[in-house]
Amino acid sequence: MTSSEIFSIITFIYGLATLLYVFSWIFKKALPGKIATAVTAGGAMGNLAGIILRWIESYQMGIGHAPLSNLYESLIFFAMTIALTHLFIEYRYKLRFVGVVASPIAFLVMAYASLPKVNDAIQPLIPALQSNWLIAHVMTCFVGYSAFAIAFGVSIMFLLKPSGNGPQSGIVSRFPDFDILDDLTHQMVMFGFLFLSIGIITGAVWANQAWGRYWGWDPKETWSLITWLIYATLLHARLMRDWKGKKIAVLSCVGFFAVIFTYFGVNLLPGLHSYQ
Amino acid sequence: MAKPSNSDYFTHRMWTFFASVKLSVVILLSLAVTSIIGTVIPQNENLMLYHQKFGDMLFKIFNTLDIFDMYHSWWFRFLLCMLTVNIIVCSINRLSSTWKIIFPKKPSFNINRFRKAKNHQEWSAANSPEVVKNAYTPWLSKRWAMFKVESSENGYLLFGEKGRWTRLGVYAVHLSIILMVAGGLVGSIFGFNGFVNIPEGESVDSIFLRNNQPEIKLDFEIKCDDFNFSLYESGMPKEYRSSLSIIKNNQTVVQKDILVNDPLRFEGINIFQSSYGKMPATDLTVTFTEKASGLIYKKEATMGTPIEMPGNSGTFIVEDFRPNFSFRGVNLSNTFLCKMIPGQGDPEHIIIPADFPRFDMMRQGDFVISISNADFKYYTGLQVTKDPGVPLVYAGFLFMIIGCYVTFFMFHQKICIEISAADGKTSVMAAGISGRNRPGMNAVIRRLSNQLKKLS
Repeated sequence: MTSSEIFSIITFIYGLATLLYVFSWIFKKALPGKIATAVTAGGAMGNLAGIILRWIESYQMGIGHAPLSNLYESLIFFAMTIALTHLFIEYRYKLRFVGVVASPIAFLVMAYASLPKVNDAIQPLIPALQSNWLIAHVMTCFVGYSAFAIAFGVSIMFLLKPSGNGPQSGIVSRFPDFDILDDLTHQMVMFGFLFLSIGIITGAVWANQAWGRYWGWDPKETWSLITWLIYATLLHARLMRDWKGKKIAVLSCVGFFAVIFTYFGVNLLPGLHSYQ
Repeated sequence: MAKPSNSDYFTHRMWTFFASVKLSVVILLSLAVTSIIGTVIPQNENLMLYHQKFGDMLFKIFNTLDIFDMYHSWWFRFLLCMLTVNIIVCSINRLSSTWKIIFPKKPSFNINRFRKAKNHQEWSAANSPEVVKNAYTPWLSKRWAMFKVESSENGYLLFGEKGRWTRLGVYAVHLSIILMVAGGLVGSIFGFNGFVNIPEGESVDSIFLRNNQPEIKLDFEIKCDDFNFSLYESGMPKEYRSSLSIIKNNQTVVQKDILVNDPLRFEGINIFQSSYGKMPATDLTVTFTEKASGLIYKKEATMGTPIEMPGNSGTFIVEDFRPNFSFRGVNLSNTFLCKMIPGQGDPEHIIIPADFPRFDMMRQGDFVISISNADFKYYTGLQVTKDPGVPLVYAGFLFMIIGCYVTFFMFHQKICIEISAADGKTSVMAAGISGRNRPGMNAVIRRLSNQLKKLS
């Protein structure tokens, strides 16, 4: 089996996990939720196995490098970090509902990777990427992105959930309490912020190593800074000015749009980071 | 009471203005929003191009606002400066009260605050308060930096505290920003970022800066002994390699092959592989074939120096060279860009591809011109930088990572275990308080209670 075949199966598995989580949430059944967790765990393991296999395949082709070098590989890695972060939250905070938002994101990321316009060939590394910093830089950035993705999903839940004390019906009212959603958003943003900071810093150190400057206002660099500034605003507003709930949820969504633009949008702009 | 003087009043107003977190939020968002401009409008391009693209009106407005180099504009620097002052004032403002918490004269525990804590847990134990206290004490005192036991009316109060210092984490983050700004400033004042092209076998002792600033003289020479590049089978670039020698006082002091991710550092100056190109290696032989007579004239030429054309028909200059030149969608490869200045009339720009000697026939001129005997050699394009601010910036990076970790994932925790006798049984209550009523504290108390229940 090749890594590409594994990734097709993983896409399907994340889709299945999404269905199970949604089923468990709509029909208030615990069992499908438990199965969904197991399916997600299996998917994440398979995802990891696929990445390792792709790494091996690149060595067999004589152009060995960590599979973190183009859009396709970054998407595959992104899906895995989302699944792993989500499993970590489930385990740590005992919150199964996160799967309802995390699994579809992982699924969509994998589905996007399998579009024909995303080149899935294993390509050799161009000279600029031939550095050990590549692994540290890409990994930390995507761990950060995955936390922001989950914060975004949870914030959407917050914004969809009807407020007020009146009788609540419908499936959206079955989202967890506002406090839990609000707190989880905050936790995820802190987690993401730390990793985004490390990601930007490793990138800066690498740039200084390869190009002789740690910061050059390249569009990708600038957009990662914009993302960082938005989440820094969120953290300050929350800790120092006691912003809570809706405002924080909105800021978290704005922050995630900046993440998306940093990731994809920048490819529309010229610069050193645009994926070929 | 003395009336505060005007200047005191002004200072006070300024201080409160800069001590506000509202200001921080406004500055952070302003930086985020304005930064977008420079990613949409490419920076530092030729002003002519901007003029063409935006038209006269917009061009003038943008140029006045330094939009074409916005990250170095006065207003963007002003925002950064405001942020720095804001951070410093906020930090000083809060540091004194934080300091009192971290280094209190008398550590105090108020039992009522613990009793009111939402996270408190209660259970009962079979043994007497004394025995329970003795069972808990060794376990707790090992895990809590500050631990003390007090007797109460009908039992004991055990207090523990740790992580006071973690309140300093946020100051580390703020310090990191100041270090980075300072490092950036030091770099822009005392450093430079230049470039130089060196043909194989030649050496240079000065480099050029961007933006047409004067060149910088180095204390040493950089010699390019060799340049090589290799491609993958697919045609993608695989490696660029320059073999460089540093020559100081006519002696080779360092020799190193540099790659894109592996620069040469010498006396605080960094030399990076940045680009490469091809250029003619020797004098050129320019051949003029007169159409009317079929006579052939050969002349030696160097780039940039005018030569006389046969029969006093004007002068001819080989101005520039392009290793790749696209002509009607075809790559002519090694091509010379030349200028012909006839005795009368306007100068004419013509292209002479080295590999196609009959190309110039198309021009239908009096002479067919070709250039031959051109040997080519490569030059390496090096980026040469000096940035004494880097250590400050890297120190900032370190503080940023440590500070964020401490601020987000560690916190100042105080716990209290109340052991009291009631109705012949012993009841135990555990509760904790933390700086910002962190949900993490609830988890701490939950785990703590589970452990203690096992001990009693």
